[in-house]
Amino acid sequence: MAGRVNLRLFYAGLAVIALIGAGAIWMASSGARRAAVQILEAPVPVGTSTFPGFVIGSDSAPVEIVEYADFECPACAAFTILAGPDIKQRLVATGLVRWRFRGYPLHQQSLLPHHAARCAGEQGLFWEMHDLLMQQQREWITSRRQLGKFREYAQAGGVNLDDYDECMREGRYASQILATRDEIAGSVSATPTFDIGDVRLVGAQPFDTIAKYVRLAVDTSR
Amino acid sequence: MKCRMATAALSLIGFFISLYLWLWKLGLMGPMVCVSGGCETVQLSQYAVMLGIPVALYGVLGFAGLFLVSITALQDRWVERREPTVLLFLLSSGGVAFAGYLTYLEAFKIHAWCQWCVTCAVLIVLIFLISVLALRSPSCLTFEV
Repeated sequence: MAGRVNLRLFYAGLAVIALIGAGAIWMASSGARRAAVQILEAPVPVGTSTFPGFVIGSDSAPVEIVEYADFECPACAAFTILAGPDIKQRLVATGLVRWRFRGYPLHQQSLLPHHAARCAGEQGLFWEMHDLLMQQQREWITSRRQLGKFREYAQAGGVNLDDYDECMREGRYASQILATRDEIAGSVSATPTFDIGDVRLVGAQPFDTIAKYVRLAVDTSR
Repeated sequence: MKCRMATAALSLIGFFISLYLWLWKLGLMGPMVCVSGGCETVQLSQYAVMLGIPVALYGVLGFAGLFLVSITALQDRWVERREPTVLLFLLSSGGVAFAGYLTYLEAFKIHAWCQWCVTCAVLIVLIFLISVLALRSPSCLTFEV
């Protein structure tokens, strides 16, 4: 009899575990759906000691998209690889969108790649370095000689290595990268995040989603 | 009996953790909840898929199998029999070997740690140890404390 009672209690315990597990998964998935599209109440500020980001596209483009991304974030790399080419060709090159990239080093090792990209950026080659860092993310994340990998990418991107080495040695942009991260951290909690007009999209988005909100922003601004 | 209850509870926890990882891999979970910071690195590495199947799905199926065997073993027809204990031992032995390989990959190939994967590895080791205890100690199969 005692055994039966124990067994009933045990099954009740299993039911509690199952409820907690299923509930946590349901909350994670529904929370992700809710957070995917948000109304942007105020733009992220840009202070005097922080960096406003690298920009590609026409100054007269009707829509500016601000991307907050981390070179170490797999979703950011997936977005760059999958949606990046279409965005450049169909939105930026057509003059519809001006794209602003603000580095947001959220992960453990990501200060160095952001710094490497800044050093390439001072030679006007940020986007070349950006693309290589995202495309080769898996390679350098698992490498024991990351600095050497970044130097290889800089060389492949056409960066003058003497200037690049000096920039990296000095840590020329380290304090600004950290200040920018702290500034962004006040209103952005995940990467990649995209601010398009009054809308904020969180998480890697397919091209169609970005294009949909660009059209919405264009219509709203008319 | 106590041992089979313990393996059922532990495998149910492992099942839900693996299910979360698998659903994330399918793109249904949004950003991964991860204190260690390396979960996405591990889950998106080349080692997160084996034979075309996400590793997390092996975990879902493995823990589901352990749970079903444990629950079946608690039924009157099987409660006095040794076969379920042997089956739990064999399944969890395979699980420990697999988890050991995955932990090796995290440490030496991927160079990142996923807290959920480590938790699953700990769970399967506990299930294995309990199954060894059940094989060696018949009292572990009774209700008496």
